[in-house]
Amino acid sequence: MRWLRTLAPPIVVGVLVVVVWELTVKLGRIAPFIVPAPSAIWRELVEQRANVWQAALASGLNALIGLIGGAAVGVLAAMAASRLRLLSEVSVPFAAVLNALPIIALAPILNNMFETTSSVPRRIVTGIIVFFPIFVNTLRGLHEVDPTHRELMQSYAAGGWTFARKVRLPGALPFVFTGLRQASSLAVIAAVVAEYFGGLQNGLGSRITSAASFTAYPRAWAFVVGACLLGLVFYLSTLLLERLAMPWKSRLIT
Amino acid sequence: MTAVVVSGVTKVFNAGRADEVTALSDVDLTVGDGEFVSLIGPSGCGKSTLLRHIGDLLPPTRGSITVAGQPAARARLKQEYGIAFQQSGLFEWRTVQRNVELPLELRGMSRVDRQARAREMLELVGLSEFAGHYPAQLSGGMQQRVAIARALAVSPPLLLMDEPFGALDEMTRERLQSELLQICAKTRTSTVFVTHSISEAVFLSDRVVVMSPRPGRITTTVDVDLLSRDDSVRQSEKYFAAVTEVRQALRGGTQGRTATP
Repeated sequence: MRWLRTLAPPIVVGVLVVVVWELTVKLGRIAPFIVPAPSAIWRELVEQRANVWQAALASGLNALIGLIGGAAVGVLAAMAASRLRLLSEVSVPFAAVLNALPIIALAPILNNMFETTSSVPRRIVTGIIVFFPIFVNTLRGLHEVDPTHRELMQSYAAGGWTFARKVRLPGALPFVFTGLRQASSLAVIAAVVAEYFGGLQNGLGSRITSAASFTAYPRAWAFVVGACLLGLVFYLSTLLLERLAMPWKSRLIT
Repeated sequence: MTAVVVSGVTKVFNAGRADEVTALSDVDLTVGDGEFVSLIGPSGCGKSTLLRHIGDLLPPTRGSITVAGQPAARARLKQEYGIAFQQSGLFEWRTVQRNVELPLELRGMSRVDRQARAREMLELVGLSEFAGHYPAQLSGGMQQRVAIARALAVSPPLLLMDEPFGALDEMTRERLQSELLQICAKTRTSTVFVTHSISEAVFLSDRVVVMSPRPGRITTTVDVDLLSRDDSVRQSEKYFAAVTEVRQALRGGTQGRTATP
């Protein structure tokens, strides 16, 4: 029953939106290059499912590698910054500047630095974009130590490293996952959009641009739907990972 | 051997600055083996500061502190005391059992030994069936009992407590007071207990040390000699006499201050 309660409203709204969309396009005689009908997109999606699947795998792999790399560097950098005050003071504005850069704009430049058939530039772009939310959130989490915990660990004569491992890091986990949740969606967006700037033609982004340039709009939209689903998979996987990593939180919900 | 000797301890925060505060002024205190001593006084009298000095969590500006016959710093490194605060300070990501195990873990005790010891401690505070729970699943009183079990896990000769029952309701408070007394008697632990509740201090202590602020110092010591420590004693003549004596000492401390500026 509770399942039904939480799932029913979004499903009903979703179905309603699709129906209204379909009717608007059909009755309003809207040209497919403006927006195609959901039924047309669905037909393309079924027809192209093998291609969408392959493209999603290619983009997904880039996003995943970028996400893991960027997250690992982000967490390590935050740990280093939290231990060294100077580094923390220098790195936060630096990270903010990095975040303000339109990093996606680096994609064509990075493309020129590697071979045209290389996926590395896309992974690098994804990694850089992912880095920021992870770094900032983790750093905040590492700084937020309960003063009682601090005194307690001092009374146990625990050293800096033990303190970091037993208290700071587990205490920062909720913050790390807040960052990771933002980062997981960003990673897919970055990996897909980075493909718009040429290079290998194997991912969702390149399929979208090529379909659009052939005026095959329903097909372009079918790949967009694929990108949405990929983003959703990333987000939900992060939520699942969060539950597994912090049983003391999820235990409370049930 | 005496559990704690504090001699001539003075603590000045922000020395030499405009906001200089003398938190403790020339404090002497001795806690005998197995003795239960309460520190009581209004906010800002330095009672928590004194406790933190005994635990070597703050260094004194002047004076010396020995715990179990050795300098406080060495006693801390050897985990010669257990400590509990007003906030239970449990680690929310560890189960109750693993919280109690933490000080043992940091001592390098083997997994099997520390599991057995933690179970024993949880039994002592009556929380055996909650070993697998996470702290957030327990009530405030239960969390505080876990914190006490954790403080006692290394069987320290000394227990330091900073208003451990301050955030609890009156009923839970009185029950935990009785439990604490039983545990201390059973484990023969000396205790320094900070509180601002007169009745709590009198009920628990062999000796109530009354402090007053600006600068923080000990004004009076009241010996409490109750025949027993069960709940009926809360209605006894001796109990009320001691409560009155402590209350007057607390008043006298502030009056004396205003009378002689």
